[in-house]
Amino acid sequence: MKNKNLKLMALALMLPAMMTAQSFKIKGSDTCLPLSQAEAESFMKKDANASIAVTGGGSGVGLAALISGTTDIAQSSRSMKMDEKLKMQEAGKAFKEVIIAYDALAVIVNPSNKVSQLTREQLEGIFTGKIANWKEVGGEDLKIIVYSRETSSGTYEFFKTHVLNMKNFAANALLMPATGAIVQSVGQTKGAIGYVGLAYLEKNVKALNVSYDKGKSFVQPSVAAAMDKTYPITRPLYYYYLTKIEKTVSPFVNYILSTEGQKLVEEVGYVPLKK
Amino acid sequence: MNPLKRFIEKITKGILFTSSMVTSVTVLLVVLFLFKEGLGLFNQTSVEKHLVIAVNPLNPVSALSSTEVKSIFNQDITNWKEVGGGDLEIMPRSIDELAAAFTEEQLGEGFKNLAALIETYVNENPGVIASIPESYLKSDFKGKLIPLKKISVREFLTGTEWIPTAHPAAVFGAWPLILGTLWVSIGAILLALPIGLITAIYMSEVAGPKFRNILKPVIELLSGIPSVVYGFFGLVVLVPLIQKLFKLGVGETALAGSIVLAIMALPTIITIAEDALRTTPRALKEASLALGASHWQTLTRVIIPYAKSGIIAAVILGIGRAVGETMAVLMVTGNASVVPHTFLEPVRTIPATIAAELGEAPFGGTHFKALFALGIILFIMTFVFNTLVETVKTKKI
Repeated sequence: MKNKNLKLMALALMLPAMMTAQSFKIKGSDTCLPLSQAEAESFMKKDANASIAVTGGGSGVGLAALISGTTDIAQSSRSMKMDEKLKMQEAGKAFKEVIIAYDALAVIVNPSNKVSQLTREQLEGIFTGKIANWKEVGGEDLKIIVYSRETSSGTYEFFKTHVLNMKNFAANALLMPATGAIVQSVGQTKGAIGYVGLAYLEKNVKALNVSYDKGKSFVQPSVAAAMDKTYPITRPLYYYYLTKIEKTVSPFVNYILSTEGQKLVEEVGYVPLKK
Repeated sequence: MNPLKRFIEKITKGILFTSSMVTSVTVLLVVLFLFKEGLGLFNQTSVEKHLVIAVNPLNPVSALSSTEVKSIFNQDITNWKEVGGGDLEIMPRSIDELAAAFTEEQLGEGFKNLAALIETYVNENPGVIASIPESYLKSDFKGKLIPLKKISVREFLTGTEWIPTAHPAAVFGAWPLILGTLWVSIGAILLALPIGLITAIYMSEVAGPKFRNILKPVIELLSGIPSVVYGFFGLVVLVPLIQKLFKLGVGETALAGSIVLAIMALPTIITIAEDALRTTPRALKEASLALGASHWQTLTRVIIPYAKSGIIAAVILGIGRAVGETMAVLMVTGNASVVPHTFLEPVRTIPATIAAELGEAPFGGTHFKALFALGIILFIMTFVFNTLVETVKTKKI
């Protein structure tokens, strides 16, 4: 009896998969998660045959799943590392990379902070712990308190690669489990500095202008500045999938890249590829 | 007795026996698994399994510690003479940087030329130190491979730096995490025990039935609140309060963690201790009062000694909750892995570390095993706590 039930259940689970040609899984970055979910929902509304399951877990988890074959699309907030490419190579799997949108990171401080712009070098000094007081970068005599995301986050990796030049964060940096917690803490701590996605900017924190050319020009973080690439701390969001299942996933990927899909990108709070 | 009854009795016995065996075996297996995974850490080096560290063949340096490798790739050590080599600038290269030094054409289809290119690169640059995947190392590689020491138990327990994502050599020093866990838990116990016991005594002996009927459900409700909610409460209310009260730079401190944990452990301590106090037989109490003892004397000489084992059980469960609690602590302690000196500094606890990092640690890798090794430490800590309390209990204070 129990066995029969199980079989029925398995059948019920498999049915949708058997009926539709477009049934696949997306796994990976938590940054991409809200975007993929929104896109998948709206795509499934248009195409009743499609069934897309979206899960998070982190960019590394998604790419590992792609290599082991447990997901169809890996969503990632960083490009594939050499290490992972080599593993794909070893497994004999050819893959495609698609940029679906951009995300910009804003460096935020407490609104009471007088400092309003920093260069990349200063940011590196602050986040690696070499600059410990705001007066060293033109602010008042106040200890700098560094907030960062946890080490499992793709945002952490991206900031480490692009702003810290692969150096490690200061040991006394406070690691927060969620972006919302960083906004909250920076908003209530005078000497705080942190980084969050553009979509998370709120009134109780101040976003800094950033310079990547040693202080010649400072750019304010905004969707427009991220789109024309003048704002430097911008990262692409990627989809990776195996070339052999391109037929199955391409309607969905094309939908994201379409005008409608890109409009949704902006609605969710990310930066579209182009207007 | 008829045979059917005897048969049923036997079956019942069998079921009871199996279920208790299954439970004990499961517990043993979990512990075994924990130790197997965790102890695996100590026969690995801190470099990922398939990576090797190579330098130019003419470089006199022949051994480096993992901390040195970390500092080199972190560009804190920039000259070979700092680690016993010649006066030469260090060129740290990860595999990504190595590959970026060549064009796609040079690399060839499927990176077939990469191994040869890496070898030439290492041999041509005297100051280079490169991390190379084993599979891209030529079988007759002419560069010099630097062997790294295995992670030792002592290094793991006393190391003061926890940088699991440092590439290519991670640094696993659990000392700040162990201290962080102890500080937060001990702080929580110091706060929760007196308050919890006083409340329990008040509720069982002093408060009138009407008031108690209101108070008890309210306190039990506290234990039904999810820990994330306590975490939010701590982050939004407690943290700014502590920051203002002590005029600190940061409010995310060990103290905030202790207070949140104390609040979370209170319902357990109060309910169980109160139940224990109230099970004191009426006859004992009345006998004490009849001998002329006051209410207070009855309480301290009769009721509390009688309920001692229950009170101790409450303490154990309260401590258990405090040491293992993850989510609430993760949100309010700041999670900086530095050795704490006062209660007003950020700390990182073991459960918070495991919860925050396990998601991204590659399955079976060094980082993964290091997290399990942390799990062993946590297990030993609770085990010691429990044994201590048990010994105190049997000694009949």
